[in-house]
Amino acid sequence: MIDWMKKLFGQTPSSSTAKERLRLVLMTDHLALAPEIIENMKRDLVDVISRYVEVDREKVEVNFEREDKALAMLANIPITAVNRQSPPEPPPERPADPPSAIVESTKDEVAAPASTHAGAPPRRKRRKKPAASKAAPAQ
Amino acid sequence: MAARRIVVTSGKGGVGKTTTTANLGAALAKRGHRVILVDADIGLRNLDLVLGLEKRIVFDLVEVAEGRCQLRQALIKDKRFESLSILPAAQTRDKDAITEAQFEAIVKEAAEIADFVFIDCPAGIEAGFRNAVAGAQEALVVTTPEVSAIRDADRVVGKLNDKKMPIRLIVNRLRPEMVRTGDMLSVEDVCEILSVELVGIVPDDEEVIDTTNRGTPIVLDETAKLRVIYDKIARRLEGDVVPFTNFDGGGFFGRLLGALKAG
Ligand SMILES: Nc1ncnc2c1ncn2[C@@H]1O[C@H](COP(=O)(O)OP(=O)(O)O)[C@@H](O)[C@H]1O
Ligand SMILES: [Mg+2]
Repeated sequence: MIDWMKKLFGQTPSSSTAKERLRLVLMTDHLALAPEIIENMKRDLVDVISRYVEVDREKVEVNFEREDKALAMLANIPITAVNRQSPPEPPPERPADPPSAIVESTKDEVAAPASTHAGAPPRRKRRKKPAASKAAPAQ
Repeated sequence: MAARRIVVTSGKGGVGKTTTTANLGAALAKRGHRVILVDADIGLRNLDLVLGLEKRIVFDLVEVAEGRCQLRQALIKDKRFESLSILPAAQTRDKDAITEAQFEAIVKEAAEIADFVFIDCPAGIEAGFRNAVAGAQEALVVTTPEVSAIRDADRVVGKLNDKKMPIRLIVNRLRPEMVRTGDMLSVEDVCEILSVELVGIVPDDEEVIDTTNRGTPIVLDETAKLRVIYDKIARRLEGDVVPFTNFDGGGFFGRLLGALKAG
């Protein structure tokens, strides 16, 4: 009966909701458990941005926010000066397709907060063994 | 050759670690292996009760650690099998009554006289967990298809990964009819979320409660459907490639057929 009504009203099955919620909460857990990831990311991010503008490194803030279907990274990077010369050449090591990044302005001061919607959870170094792997039998 | 030392763990309590340890141990013993089950849940001893051996305890794990008896004296042999024994936990002590080094030494000593040593880990990720893991070379992570159990399992998987320990997953208490209606996460979902290799799927079944009430391992109950399930997991641990039971054959006849083919 409940089943039938839920279907009638087009409610998403609870298992899909569970899967989506777990995906998000595990991403958050993994980030919280690996502060060095965030520190490294912060450093790299500031390095890139400082190629174009002068940045107050001490005041950089990176936060993560849960949104409806994704985890958003919000970086607040205070800019202290803007160079009038043309920007430098992009570094050669840049790979083909960068992750989509939405840049939005949230602060009154000149700042460049970047909001990156991460698609997949940051994975720990996990070995994914083939399903049919053979374990050594005990003698 | 020394035994494989396998910790059965989950993070969350009540998901089926003890049930799995007891029944899988019994299944392997029935298949002719020498099996020792170590109850690492100090203060909350249960493995003896699930296996119906509670009346025969003389010494326990902590007494072995403190050198008050030999390991062999503390082992309780299950007379229904050729080769199954358990090492009971102490019931009136704390989790920190034993150190990681002591635990590891005991498990290794047990491994000298067995083919499989299973360690039934307590819930949590603190001292009791660290002890239980200290003696192990591989891990079986048990979870149910529920959000909190999976999140806790993920935490444990992270800790075991840090130790570079091979991990395999048992999804316990699956309710196929709920998966079918979209009201429970499927085994595929759970494996995808945890990215751990699957080694067993155990349905939610009253047989578990019934056999636990009696203190009878499921493999000894000739009428139990789950017998085949634990036997299959045992064979996978031996290294056989055993196809997984398809629990999503719909409807009553599907279930009947499944029960007949069983496994
Ligand atoms: N597959 C199952 N079907 C039904 N009940 C189960 C199943 N597995 C475990 N249980 C029940 O769940 C409870 C907790 O199991 P237990 O093995 O003691 O968990 P843990 O050792 O992880 O705390 C017990 O009452 C047990 O009988
Ligand atoms: Mg238990």
